Amino acid sequence: MVEIGAIETRGLRVRRGRAEVLRGLTVSVPRGQVVGLLGPSGSGKTTLMRCVVGVQRVADGTVTVLGQPAGSPRLRRRVGYVTQASSVYDDLTVRENLRYFARVLDAPASDVDRVIDETGLGGQAGQLTGSLSGGQRNRVSLAAALLGAPELLVLDEPTVGLDPVLRSELWGLFHRLADAGTSLFVSSHVMDEAARCDRLLLLRDGEVIADDTPLGLLQATGANDAEAAFLAVIRAREAPERR
Amino acid sequence: MSPGRTIATAGRVLLQIRHDPRTIGLLIVVPSLLIGLVAWIFQDTPVFAQIGPAMIALFPFIVMFLVTSITTLRERRTGTLERLLAMPLGKGDFIVGYALAFGLLGLIQSAIAVSFAVWVCGLSIEGSIWLLFAVAVADALLGTTLGLLASAFARTEFQAVQFMPALVFPQILLGGIFVPRSSMPDVLRVIGDWLPLSHAIDALNAVANGTHDDGWVWVRIGFLGAWVVGAVIVGALTLRRRTA
Repeated sequence: MVEIGAIETRGLRVRRGRAEVLRGLTVSVPRGQVVGLLGPSGSGKTTLMRCVVGVQRVADGTVTVLGQPAGSPRLRRRVGYVTQASSVYDDLTVRENLRYFARVLDAPASDVDRVIDETGLGGQAGQLTGSLSGGQRNRVSLAAALLGAPELLVLDEPTVGLDPVLRSELWGLFHRLADAGTSLFVSSHVMDEAARCDRLLLLRDGEVIADDTPLGLLQATGANDAEAAFLAVIRAREAPERR
Repeated sequence: MSPGRTIATAGRVLLQIRHDPRTIGLLIVVPSLLIGLVAWIFQDTPVFAQIGPAMIALFPFIVMFLVTSITTLRERRTGTLERLLAMPLGKGDFIVGYALAFGLLGLIQSAIAVSFAVWVCGLSIEGSIWLLFAVAVADALLGTTLGLLASAFARTEFQAVQFMPALVFPQILLGGIFVPRSSMPDVLRVIGDWLPLSHAIDALNAVANGTHDDGWVWVRIGFLGAWVVGAVIVGALTLRRRTA
């Protein structure tokens, strides 16, 4: 591949205390696609995402994002990040939150209305964020990440706690963004979301155990759904060790 | 750092507080009530005239320290700090933004505390009331910025609250409120002479009793200012973009 991917990691290691959270990860996330990062909780999904946005202390290896080392000052405007906790100010209204983040990003003021629209928060724009439901707060957090139209969106479990209709709407939004050229790196522990991704990375115990398209993964494992495919991959890896 | 982002951050912090009227009430009323309480305890004695100026230094300092050290930790816990540090916000923008917002609150608080002590509690002031006000504001700013510094070191609210006895109480004990610093053991006197709160107390006493000229008081304010600037710089430097 001549074109540099959205995210390239090489031998990425992260330690927390004595435990190794990421064990020499080498992954590549192509541009302009919705790439799902799936795995059980504790597998290192959030840590990998923190590495990509440059807020994680790294023990070894490299992370290249949009052709630059992760965490470079110039990347901070080009990468949007939604943490697992809806990291917005509860004691500000939705609009006040977004206006502040827009000013930090030097995004045009009109962006605030655009992202409110994209995340369907028009009815809540004047409400205090703390008074919203968990799912609505997550959408405020997502809206903040969409400000300034970043080239890469790193979304840590953005659809947790959303009703199925909203979830499907958000996945629709993700694909519209990808069609317009944005790269998305979306984590989830909900296996049924796997089918909605263009490409999947399965993470377990700090190692990538599969990197394929959803269809490719199903064909390779002969499984009917992502959950079963995940199990099949784990069994196939562990089988030689048992002998 | 960028002035635009710093101002935006200060404005955002003030906007948050505006949505929380109880905090505004507490910030503005509590130091004055405590000063009033001290005045009442020592009614009909000369004690309030002696320690009243020190109380103007003490209560706003403690209140501002506590409020600031907790509020920045909230940003850490809710993940907003992580989001901001992944954005183009400078560490200095964050710390100075907070210092500006809480500095403004400290200014209002000091104005009310000084007015209350002088006009309601009858604290007699020999020197200029404006100079007294200037010292009080510098002192509240000191509490704010030391709180920011403590917050940069603390990882949890529990730790932050314990920075208060660790950083604030020694300054109160060595500041010369209970025992004049001149009659302390040499080592403690020297330490006390370098602690910023001592200078705030000295300056307020000097203005209240008219014992020194304005130039002497401004030197003390300058000393407080140096601590304020130092705390902001160290606070910004200790803020880490990358954490474990």
